[in-house]
Amino acid sequence: MGTTRMFGPRRVDKSPLQRLLDLNWGMVLINCLIAGIGFAMLYSVAGGSWSPWAETQSIRFAGALLVMLVIAVIDIRYWMAFAYPAWAIGLGLLLAVEFVGATGMGGQRWLDIGFMRLQPSELMKIAVVMALARYFHGRNYDQSRSLRSLFIPLVLMAVPMALVMRQPDLGTSLMIVMGGVAILFLAGLPAWLFAVGGLAVAGAIPVAWRFMRDYQKDRVLTFLNPEADPLGAGYQITQSKIALGSGGMTGKGFLEGTQSQLNFLPEMKTDFIFTVLAEEFGLIGASITLGLYGIVLGYGLLMGLGCRSQFGRLLAGGLSITLFLYVMINVAMVMGLMPVVGVPLPMISYGGSAMLTWMIAYGLILSVAIHRHVTLAPKGSGLA
Amino acid sequence: MAREGLRYQLFSRRALLLAGAQGLVLTGLGGRLYYLSVVQGDQYKLRAEKNRVALRLIAPERGEVFDRYRRKLATNRPDFRVFLIPEQADEIKATLEKIGQLVKLDDRRLARLERQIRRQRKFVPVTVAQGLDWRTFSRVNVSVPDLPGVVTDAGLSRFYPMGNEIAHLIGYLASPGEAEVSSNPLYQLPGFKVGRQGLERRYESRLRGAAGTRRVEVNAVGREIRELPPRQEAQSGNDLQLTLDIDLQRFAMEQLGEEAAGAVVMNAKTGEVLALASAPTFDPNEFTTGISQENWNALLKDPRKPLINKAVSGQYPPGSTVKPIIALAALEQGIVTEETTHYCNGRHRFGNRTFRCWKRGGHGKQDLKGAISNSCDVYFYKIAEELDIEHMADMLRRFGLGHQYDLGIDGEKDGLVPDRAWKRAAFNQPWQGGETLNVGIGQGALLATPLQLAVMTARLASGRALEPSLVSEDLETDAPDTAFSAMDVNPLHMRIARRGMEMVMEPGGTAFDFRRKKSAPKQAGKTGTAQVRRISEAEHQEGVRDNDELPWAMRDHALFIGYAPTDDPQVAIGLLVQHGGGGSSDAAPLGRAIMDKALELMAQRRTEEGEA
Repeated sequence: MGTTRMFGPRRVDKSPLQRLLDLNWGMVLINCLIAGIGFAMLYSVAGGSWSPWAETQSIRFAGALLVMLVIAVIDIRYWMAFAYPAWAIGLGLLLAVEFVGATGMGGQRWLDIGFMRLQPSELMKIAVVMALARYFHGRNYDQSRSLRSLFIPLVLMAVPMALVMRQPDLGTSLMIVMGGVAILFLAGLPAWLFAVGGLAVAGAIPVAWRFMRDYQKDRVLTFLNPEADPLGAGYQITQSKIALGSGGMTGKGFLEGTQSQLNFLPEMKTDFIFTVLAEEFGLIGASITLGLYGIVLGYGLLMGLGCRSQFGRLLAGGLSITLFLYVMINVAMVMGLMPVVGVPLPMISYGGSAMLTWMIAYGLILSVAIHRHVTLAPKGSGLA
Repeated sequence: MAREGLRYQLFSRRALLLAGAQGLVLTGLGGRLYYLSVVQGDQYKLRAEKNRVALRLIAPERGEVFDRYRRKLATNRPDFRVFLIPEQADEIKATLEKIGQLVKLDDRRLARLERQIRRQRKFVPVTVAQGLDWRTFSRVNVSVPDLPGVVTDAGLSRFYPMGNEIAHLIGYLASPGEAEVSSNPLYQLPGFKVGRQGLERRYESRLRGAAGTRRVEVNAVGREIRELPPRQEAQSGNDLQLTLDIDLQRFAMEQLGEEAAGAVVMNAKTGEVLALASAPTFDPNEFTTGISQENWNALLKDPRKPLINKAVSGQYPPGSTVKPIIALAALEQGIVTEETTHYCNGRHRFGNRTFRCWKRGGHGKQDLKGAISNSCDVYFYKIAEELDIEHMADMLRRFGLGHQYDLGIDGEKDGLVPDRAWKRAAFNQPWQGGETLNVGIGQGALLATPLQLAVMTARLASGRALEPSLVSEDLETDAPDTAFSAMDVNPLHMRIARRGMEMVMEPGGTAFDFRRKKSAPKQAGKTGTAQVRRISEAEHQEGVRDNDELPWAMRDHALFIGYAPTDDPQVAIGLLVQHGGGGSSDAAPLGRAIMDKALELMAQRRTEEGEA
């Protein structure tokens, strides 16, 4: 009917090879470019050496790229079917971390699964988006706009958020919530709800303050006035701003950043890697990097516009927002616009977990793109 | 399906809205970066530069100290050292243990270092080891990159080639005290030391020099990455030249031997101190490297007090050595003339007290010069009875007693010339006539240091108001002897006193040496034996015990003053042997030998210069 005309003829039974050809290789290339910037920065942080970080990171990327491509060509109907189970598995892993953390050391975020250390909260960011997309896929326009549609999504968001908060990982739990809220917004819940919600959050800040741990409070206080203790808690953000600012328009040059090469910057290879980038390549280099992020995430968000199924639309949009939050929080943090919450810059920061999250999520976005013409049944598995 | 269309439209609107928001956020982040890097860029560039560049001081080389003939008394020699800067170290205990294995520190030393580190502020470098050989030093250097906070240094440390001879003059160097450290950035340099005693302290500013600076690139933990030009070299300190003749100094030290004694030899024309000896002595080099507890205790407990400079800090009753000066006071007041005679029967009654002469049987009839050469106490009691203490004190002061000369060494004392004002101030009592009698033979409250006795002798020998000096600005070996004004004393009177002192060294005098060759330069002198304890009337009756039978600390002090040669005095000496016994037997021989040596060395030097 109308929809058929809108999206053209149905073409569902393509072979995996054909789907691979359908892939938006431009986006894959930009992702590789971003990762490449990461390798270069890790090379610089190591004082001009591939080992130990750039080398490991590039091997990880190769693996993650493969994962992304495989995810991209898997039929979106499988992903819809897998949405709730993914959420359940994610929850199980979070509980496992909680259990291990209880018997092991406190504040456990990792699960050692032999060949890598898995961070379940990372996977949970994706799983929550999948589950919410799946839920709203099954709601029609009127149902989507009803407040009754709020109950199950709130449970889907709140349970993992609470578990992640307990680890404690404030940054990730915030991202889970914000990613979820983005889907609620895209799914069509009334706009006034978000205005009221925003006010409610503002009102809840004093309450949240009382439940925060001391180190979390310190981070907020340091954010509000980093110069108060430039050698102590404010050291990180002060040095980071010096590095960003001293880079100027064109930067000090590759391997020439004094703040980074002389170790004045904290956590250079992870949370503060954007600072190294801005110091060595200046405003221009940093803006180009932000632009690349903008292109791949904008593509993901607008991908939904060409997608036949609500699941695909919400999945691509929600994941794009989640990834965007990831980037935004990190960059705002190193610029002193947000408290230091320990969120890495995905794809560029050293570490496998964030990169894997990104590549899985982007694999799903690409899968949505490939399968944008697939119609999914409102209920059930969607598998014909 | 229309509903599906609505759902899609709503999604599209909101997705576009979010995309716009994303764009805005990214633009905002870019704007923030623009603000930091372009608007405030210069400020942050400056701060990055301040982070990166550190100004490091270069320690100046300390000036050397020479004797009058440019022989090194204090110098600097290369020293391989290892320091620890606690605030830069990860684990102090572990770091120390690691260095300890490399340079072989025993547990006691390690424990002491840990204590020291705990006491001090964290940025003050602690010397872990010094005086290392090259191999050990290289071994430490190889490990330094793995040991943050450990600094090695091939620096210079102070060395006194003839430490024992000059221990009491030179003082020593030590690390700046905890309180001083922050007052001067130089003090924070590892291994930097300042003069803590003696000449090293007094002439600190002159010897130290000025620090240089170099700009270095440092990383966040302060480790140097490379040096950035330009570099401003340090300015070495100025040298210090003393008037001392180290050969004479050594000879004097040998003469004093293991006695507790002090001697000062002066050039009788210029006032330059040629030797200033105090025994027993110690090695100041031990202080440079850190003296061991045992050695330190030994120095403190020795009853002969090696750490005290007896030549300037020891105040003793000068005894008969002041008799020539008392004679001058009496001559000036017209109480005696050269010919005045008195009869000595060994005792002198004053009021209801009996004052005794050292010679029990008495000297018989004595004239003034005889009284000096025989050191007749009764003659001087009789003079003193008529002499006012103020006149006596005035004459003693004119000859330099009761005065500090400030040679730049530690512990110089005033001595004491008693008078009425002093008695009132010290005891709130009037002066007693009997006290004048005691001062008349150099006893009572009168106190003098060997340096003061040397000045006194030099002034009498030269007839000029010489001032002693130890540091020469520009050393002219034969400074004009008119540099000092003539003594305000009748020259004829001084000639009488000098004649009396010449007779001391002649047959019958108290310091006559029958073995002395006729050809040797003629010397003048005066002996003194200062009582340490009061001898009771009962002891006088029974006969005083021989000095040698008394415990050391109760024996008399032996003193000697002298000058030579008599016809043109070139050297003057003041010498004291604490609890040495008698002036004639225990002090005069040393004084004679030292004066001969001084003249010999002067003659030798003149010949050499003549040849050159």
